[in-house]
Amino acid sequence: MSINILMPALSPTMTEGKLAKWHVKVGDTVTSGQVVCEIETDKATMEVEAVDEGKIGQIVVPEGTEGVKVNAVIAILLEEGETSVPAGAAAASPPPQAPEAKTEPAPVPAALKPAAATAAQPAAAAAVARGQRIFASPLARRIAAEKGVNLAAIKGSGPNGRIVKADVEGAKPGVVPAPTAPSAPRPMPGTPARPLITAPGDQRVPHTAVRKVIARRMLESKQTVPHFYLTVELEIDALLAGRQAINDVARKLGAKVSVNDMMIKACAKALRDHPECNASWTEDEMIQYGAVDISVAVATDRGLITPIVRNADMKGVAQISVEMKDLAGRAKTGKLKLEEFQGGGFTISNLGMFGVKEFAAIINPPQAMILAVGAGEERVVVRNGEMAVRQMMSCTLAVDHRVVDGAMGAQFLQTLRAYVEQPAAMLV
Amino acid sequence: MADTNFDIVVVGGGPGGYVAAIRAAQLGMKTAVVEREHMGGICLNWGCIPTKALLRTSEVYGLIKHADSFGLSVKDVSYDARKIVERSRKVASQLSNGVKGLMRKNKITVFDGTARLDGTEGGQRKLAVAMNDKSKVALTAKNVILATGARARQLPGLETDGKLVWSYKEAMVPPEFPKSLLVVGSGAIGIEFASFFRTMGAEVTVCEVLDRILPVEDEEVSAFARRAFEKQGMKILTSATASIVGKGANNVTAAITSAGKTQEITVDRVISAVGIVGNVENIGLEGTKVRVEKTHIVIDQWGFTGEPNVYAIGDVAGPPWLAHKAMHEGVIAVEKIAGVKGVHPMATTNIPGCTYCLPQVASIGLTETAAKANGRQVKVGKFPFIGNGKAIALGEPEGFIKTVFDAKTGELLGAHMIGAEVTELIQGYSVAKTLETTEAELMATVFPHPTLSEMMHESVLAAYGRTLHI
Repeated sequence: MSINILMPALSPTMTEGKLAKWHVKVGDTVTSGQVVCEIETDKATMEVEAVDEGKIGQIVVPEGTEGVKVNAVIAILLEEGETSVPAGAAAASPPPQAPEAKTEPAPVPAALKPAAATAAQPAAAAAVARGQRIFASPLARRIAAEKGVNLAAIKGSGPNGRIVKADVEGAKPGVVPAPTAPSAPRPMPGTPARPLITAPGDQRVPHTAVRKVIARRMLESKQTVPHFYLTVELEIDALLAGRQAINDVARKLGAKVSVNDMMIKACAKALRDHPECNASWTEDEMIQYGAVDISVAVATDRGLITPIVRNADMKGVAQISVEMKDLAGRAKTGKLKLEEFQGGGFTISNLGMFGVKEFAAIINPPQAMILAVGAGEERVVVRNGEMAVRQMMSCTLAVDHRVVDGAMGAQFLQTLRAYVEQPAAMLV
Repeated sequence: MADTNFDIVVVGGGPGGYVAAIRAAQLGMKTAVVEREHMGGICLNWGCIPTKALLRTSEVYGLIKHADSFGLSVKDVSYDARKIVERSRKVASQLSNGVKGLMRKNKITVFDGTARLDGTEGGQRKLAVAMNDKSKVALTAKNVILATGARARQLPGLETDGKLVWSYKEAMVPPEFPKSLLVVGSGAIGIEFASFFRTMGAEVTVCEVLDRILPVEDEEVSAFARRAFEKQGMKILTSATASIVGKGANNVTAAITSAGKTQEITVDRVISAVGIVGNVENIGLEGTKVRVEKTHIVIDQWGFTGEPNVYAIGDVAGPPWLAHKAMHEGVIAVEKIAGVKGVHPMATTNIPGCTYCLPQVASIGLTETAAKANGRQVKVGKFPFIGNGKAIALGEPEGFIKTVFDAKTGELLGAHMIGAEVTELIQGYSVAKTLETTEAELMATVFPHPTLSEMMHESVLAAYGRTLHI
């Protein structure tokens, strides 16, 4: 009986991934523990090991295929004695949809388990479009690797266009080719096509894995998500007063609630009221999330990361505050678990503590909205025809128009305003 | 009347010239060669080839003298100078005829005479050829390649006379071998003759103006060669100059000055091997844009001289004065003229050099000193013949192979070898350099056992502290 090899879930929230590379071909005998393929997600590339042994009878999903659903059949393993794949074997067990990927960990398919994660492929190496061999001398390859020069971007001057030392020595680091094949990676943003290092003191700082993920995801978001922006000015005197009152109590419990903690709660409540905003776009359908999970942007030395306060609508602000402190602390030391920052339905990015009055943030896909929170400050406003001084805070909501239309976004903000300006409503 | 209009006329039928002509013919060009003496030039008739024939004799003779160490009994060994020279001439003439055959095969017209540039006419180069049979021929050609070669340099006080003071040419056809010999100049030519006549039993003194023999080689090779020659009984004087102070009926007295002291030695013959000068005279360069510097024609990387449709290759176009360099320059110039796509200038650091003395010397690329002077950080590997099974079996335990790598990139910068058969080994590193291999590929290469070539592997391993057999 042949065994179906299924697309594994590399994390609890993974629903699909790219089959980056096959390490085996039809006819190869695999043993348990042998790396059979590489799966690429937005976070990392993982090697996948076989759990069973047998002979590869059929490769169902060719390498380079993107958007392979978790638990889809990707190859068929023949057991001892079998010589061919029975007709319809792959179809016999249709690929099950990832069950509720949002909240439940997808089961790891029996035939596969993820091996140690490997760092995201550096741009230079990944640029070699599969199946397209680059002719370069060993010396040219080594110098290119040292200089960070992408061989795919270089025209060789050697025999039959072979790339030789002189070609690489004249090249500038970081040159990325125009994508020539469907599998060629998207160029990284801001990659220089001309020399940037021009003066002594200029230096090259290698990308960290986090940096690469940020770059790729933000570029993808700005390029593929149709953003629109809604700005509101929220009066937060009541919120501040409420915070004061809460803290008088919370202090005894060892918590100190911040404006941001209050905003997390307010957004969560507003999302509960507007489930159509707590959603993601996919080509086939809209995914509406059952839980309200709020991602909160945290700046770390290694770059931006967004740990998640789960079920924030159901938690008290003191608990949110305690959780947030713990998450932010561990984010800064790089100790977050995968599931603590992967997922979430909505993001809050707060730059108020830096005195930023207002700004527009980039949506964190596949989420549909991100709220950019500015500084709370005293402003002169008009109330009942009179000038009055109030604590005001500007917030800008960036919205994925595929998911949420302008009026829906505005209604969400109305609700949010209600919670912020009358925080007691959050108790309801 | 023979055809006189060509696409390319090559002036000079030496290794550079005849190879250029063959390549031109292959590319469909109507081609002629003008040669004043014999096809194959100096290399084939008076240089590389006949000396190799002589040196083969001395090698065999040297082996026979050590027959006992191979378990052989050979008695009353003697030689016949006339026969040795005769064999050498036969080899040269066989090959010269071979080149003539190649010209016929490729439908290349050969003019036996001397050509000179003679202006232009309707965009074509004109050449005036004085034929050896005294007739005159006017040729026209779209392009001309000058491949007139070089000749021995005459130093004041060391002028060759063809009888007592020899150039390479007389040294190659001696009616009898000298009992004592002074060789002035320790480059490849001087050292090969010194080695040949020493092996044949002559008392040989070598006088070199620089501070070491084989001065273009790596310093360690020079030092090793000197010790080997001195062990064979050769006298070597470095940082020394020589001049002829007296000639007898059958001997010469030379004054050798070294470190401020002058000594006179009297020898049967003197060989002057103090370099060469380019044959730039009487070829019509006057009034053209062709520039001559230090007796050599100045060219760009394609052999172009600056004068429209006039190219120069080989010895007349400057060092290194090596037949294989001339051949490559010829091919490059012709392909450039023909507009062949992807023609590449020659990588001058990838030209190997071979000296067929005993022990042999071969090298390519930068010496360790030159590499360091170029500001390279180097890794140097060295492996001795004594550590190689085949060398021991051959009874050739002397010598070494040295490799110089760029410490940063792993580029093979140079290789320097001395010992048996190294002239046949060096091409391995030539291929490696041309393909731009690093130490990694050389280490991964499987060298056959048991061969001398294993030392090439070991030398690379040694550069990275991984040598296996020492």
